[in-house]
Amino acid sequence: MIIRIMGEGQLKVEDSAVDELNKLDSALELAVEQNDEAAFGPALHALLEKARAVGTAVPVDAIEPSELILPREGATIDEVRDLLADGGLIPG
Amino acid sequence: MGVMKRVSTIFRAKANKQLDKLEDPRETLDYSYQTQLELLQKVRRGVADVATSRKRVELQMNQVQQTTEKLDRQARDSLAAGREDLAREALSRKAGVQSQLNDLQSQYASLQGEEEKLTAASSRLQAKVDAFRVRKETIKATYTAAEATTRINEVFTGISEEMSDVGLAIQRAEDKTEQMKARAGAIDELMASGALTDALGGPPPDDIQAELDRMGAGHSIDAELERMKAELAGGSAPKEIAGSSGQADPSVSQPGAPSFQKDQPGSGGA
Repeated sequence: MIIRIMGEGQLKVEDSAVDELNKLDSALELAVEQNDEAAFGPALHALLEKARAVGTAVPVDAIEPSELILPREGATIDEVRDLLADGGLIPG
Repeated sequence: MGVMKRVSTIFRAKANKQLDKLEDPRETLDYSYQTQLELLQKVRRGVADVATSRKRVELQMNQVQQTTEKLDRQARDSLAAGREDLAREALSRKAGVQSQLNDLQSQYASLQGEEEKLTAASSRLQAKVDAFRVRKETIKATYTAAEATTRINEVFTGISEEMSDVGLAIQRAEDKTEQMKARAGAIDELMASGALTDALGGPPPDDIQAELDRMGAGHSIDAELERMKAELAGGSAPKEIAGSSGQADPSVSQPGAPSFQKDQPGSGGA
């Protein structure tokens, strides 16, 4: 499936690798829900590192929606909460 | 549902909402293409803005660097003049200015990172927009309602996602640039007013600065006076040599007329 790391572009990931990503994603979600700043940063970084490791870059001229979208590296916990809040944050 | 899926769902919902606004799917493609071109322009402006801001920080870093060097010099001058109190004050200000410099340097690095990311985003978007233009015409040419609608939805959702991502990147870069501008402006004002050094504490800084300046000026005046005295003491001969150095060289090695006057008493004595 195709995933996106915001600010970096899209990656193609084998379905077999998605479980691992989901585990790391659950840790990230928990950190956001509990407003746990200390856990959030490392959780996001671990998720992105794993995604980069298991993914291969999608050609730059491909135009396809992603099944999963990961926040950018270095995003704050508030930024991610805004993304999830479906507020006016997403422009365009 | 995890973070990754939720973000994706929200992006899709947003694209669908826009799709629903327009009746004819082909109209959607043209409309979207216009928006993409606008966004591309905005990204390019964003890259230019960040670059301008980065250059300004660079200039400011040079200024602040010069200030540290000046304070360092003043500290030495003060010490040489036996004013340890002033030297201490100058050094403590230097430490304060140095921390401003460190701060600017780290902001400079972050702005540079932002510039690189935005430049990369700009070329990614350019590639996507080019690809979209081609695909848009193909879809329009082979337009048969149901089939095309699916393809349009797919490509529209894909490009919308890209645009949302890039849009957020620009917004972030703009925020950072604005912060930098405000900060740079504030530091400029503080430097101009001398308040930057005031904030570092110590006795009334304006007096000290003025005294340091006077000392600085005094020193250079003293130095110039010394130079002048030395010149006058040397008489007119050095001036002549300096003024006609090209012709003077052979005349110096020869026992010419100007040196004759000096040599006479010397040779007479020996």
